[in-house]
Amino acid sequence: MPMNMKRALGAISATALAALWSVPAAAAWTLNLREGVTELSREIYGLHMLILWVCVVIAVAVFSVMIYSIATFRKSKGAVPATFEHNTRAEIIWTVIPVVILVAMAVPAARTLVKIEDTRGADMTIKATGYQWKWQYNYIDEDVSYFSTLAQASNEARQVNAGIDVHSVDNYLLEVDNPLVVPVNKKVRMLVTAADVIHNWWVPDFGMKKDAIPGYINELWFRADKVGTYRGQCAELCGRDHGFMPVVVRVVEQAEYDSWLASQKAARQAAAAPAAQTAAVTTTNALETTTVLVANAE
Amino acid sequence: MSASQTHGHAAAHDHHDEHGPAKGILRWLTTTNHKDIGTLYLVFSLIMFFVGGTMALVIRAELFMPGMQLVDPQFFNTMTTVHALIMVFGAVMPATVGLANWMIPLQIGAPDMALPRMNNFSFWLLVAAFSLLILSLFMPGGGPAAGWTLYPPLVLQTGDAFPLAIFAIHLAGASSIMGAINIIVTIMNLRAPGMTLLKMPMFTWTWLITAYLLIAVMPVFAGAVTMLLTDHFFHTTFFAAAGGGDPVLYQHIFWFFGHPEVYIMILPAFGIVSEIIPTFSRKKLFGYDAMVYATASIGFLSFIVWAHHMFTVGMPLAGQMFFMLSTMLIAVPTGVKVFNWTATMWKGSLTFEPPMLFALAFLFLFTIGGFSGLMMAIAPVDFQYHDTYFIVAHFHYVLVPGAVFAIMAAVYYWLPKWTGHLYDIKLANWHFWLSAIFVNLLFFPQHFLGLAGMPRRIPDYSTQFADWNMVSSIGAFGFGLSQLLFPYIVVKCVRGGARASDHVWEGAYNHGLEWTVPSPAPYHTFEVAPVVK
Repeated sequence: MPMNMKRALGAISATALAALWSVPAAAAWTLNLREGVTELSREIYGLHMLILWVCVVIAVAVFSVMIYSIATFRKSKGAVPATFEHNTRAEIIWTVIPVVILVAMAVPAARTLVKIEDTRGADMTIKATGYQWKWQYNYIDEDVSYFSTLAQASNEARQVNAGIDVHSVDNYLLEVDNPLVVPVNKKVRMLVTAADVIHNWWVPDFGMKKDAIPGYINELWFRADKVGTYRGQCAELCGRDHGFMPVVVRVVEQAEYDSWLASQKAARQAAAAPAAQTAAVTTTNALETTTVLVANAE
Repeated sequence: MSASQTHGHAAAHDHHDEHGPAKGILRWLTTTNHKDIGTLYLVFSLIMFFVGGTMALVIRAELFMPGMQLVDPQFFNTMTTVHALIMVFGAVMPATVGLANWMIPLQIGAPDMALPRMNNFSFWLLVAAFSLLILSLFMPGGGPAAGWTLYPPLVLQTGDAFPLAIFAIHLAGASSIMGAINIIVTIMNLRAPGMTLLKMPMFTWTWLITAYLLIAVMPVFAGAVTMLLTDHFFHTTFFAAAGGGDPVLYQHIFWFFGHPEVYIMILPAFGIVSEIIPTFSRKKLFGYDAMVYATASIGFLSFIVWAHHMFTVGMPLAGQMFFMLSTMLIAVPTGVKVFNWTATMWKGSLTFEPPMLFALAFLFLFTIGGFSGLMMAIAPVDFQYHDTYFIVAHFHYVLVPGAVFAIMAAVYYWLPKWTGHLYDIKLANWHFWLSAIFVNLLFFPQHFLGLAGMPRRIPDYSTQFADWNMVSSIGAFGFGLSQLLFPYIVVKCVRGGARASDHVWEGAYNHGLEWTVPSPAPYHTFEVAPVVK
């Protein structure tokens, strides 16, 4: 255990230096769900704790009776078996009480569910497309689109017998080259889909997870209220490198987001100019009109 | 159930010579005797348990530390996929079918299963099925690696293993359907005079309901995988969006099979526990009728909860609400069962022989699996739990210390009846305590991993998950090695040991027809039906 303590301390100081603190990086021996940084994730956490405590209370009650029976009604202690075979009153009680508890649980759960599914009034929309094995983010209405793949350091360290100590890699397997960037306190609607097989876009701190299914466009929303970097992973088996397509989201102040967006657009225009020329050449040579359409659409 | 055999054992012995088993290997190939076939099923499932268990150890060895040390990620996916297929269809289901073969005729006073030749056929089909599945591991492109749920489009990327795996499932399904038909026909037609349905032992009852579930859902699964097959080879697009099909349709069909399948594995376990707890409490099962109705309600509910496996596919709100509520309802009959088992022990006279120990561990640990199941029924929270190690912990709790422990309990309960020998109780106790400790070390930390955010089916993980994974892997190796005691104890018992009396256990006296026949149970029993009062 001292080893792990040291490891945890090391990770803590390293990340603290990086100023952007992300919870998962160093939380060893974690036991519980995290509260997250959205209204939904906190509500979900609250429901999780509620149902957990309900289960704990029932467990304590039921297990106490079991343990008491095992300890008390032993043949070795001279216990003589009773002959009763049923007890209608007891049976009604232990059928009705669970029903009442379940109804009491269902009400807040249903309320949160309605909220989760309400994607109206979003400030912005981003489409996430799952590929084997990367994500593509498409800022709808903003003409910004890019791929997000596992960071090179992680990718090198995760090869079989790479000989690299994975503890020396920052955010091992939870780092990407181009994270998703969103502004803080804005309702972001994600459209989730996939191009090949089923993937799943998941950021635990947002409390949200949705399957990315070819032919489907699923929706989810979040409104992160704390600046930071939040990490998740693909949560649907999608083939060989399923474990190696993380989701990283940087939540930043609006001003930082605006300048980031501007720089993305500028970079894109710079890249698009020569591409459009190439497309034009192709058209004249091969009378291939579709190429132009594709180039324009992009 | 007060039962008495009007015609003595002598009647059973009269024909012994002419109807004895064939000699040598032919006996096992051609047998139509329910006891032989029960033994075959049990031995087969034990072998599969170790094959599937070895695969689990490959998984846990790779997950022992972060970083990829041992296997390629694709092979890792093959291991998780085939481990599950083998454990579900090759270990747990055949074990309960084996117990059904052995015990249902003995429990209802029948001379054999109603359809003995089909019984033989259904067993050997299973052998063919798993030969195909294991062969598929050696095909170009590797074995099936899309998860035991075989979701398209991913599963369509499988190499040459694909048709082998599909045919394996077809054969195993056909085998299950035949087994189920046989059990229903046996129970409906061959009960001893006086044994009304509501006098049947609980194990027989749970199997009757299980058999109906099997007949209802195995053809559905066969249909689903057949559509996969035609999508792959004959250019249909049942599940391909590009051709107007629907990948989610597969999931609905699969889980319409898959959820009842879960109960197919656990209902016989309920039956076993309902036999063992009364015996070692020296008391009648509390609320027998309620137990029967609870089992039937669980069977019914199993057909209307399937999409709780799919809360994240993007179902409409109303769909999510329905499946959340119907799933929560399952807690009610399941609760009734747990309370009734507890009430059976209340004011009993308990002793703690190995079958009772395993049954008690079932009672505690299955209940823990039930709690995590209830948590996952809450759809909004399931958005966090879904496809993480939390679900892995949940279903292993209900399947390993649940179904598997119940099967172990059953073997330790009826083994002296089968062999005529008492087994080494001390060793069996060791087997129990090692299993009980390591199974928790193995699976309990997986709850924490899931809540911390570790997805399932990943061959490597972020360093934050390292600690609990190491604990879990240590538990896995401890659990796996402890299981080696089991075949040793069984083989030793078959070879010899102290003679077992007819009722074997003090509390089993007058506790059902199976305890009225001699130990070991003769090759043919109840050639003249006993009369049940």
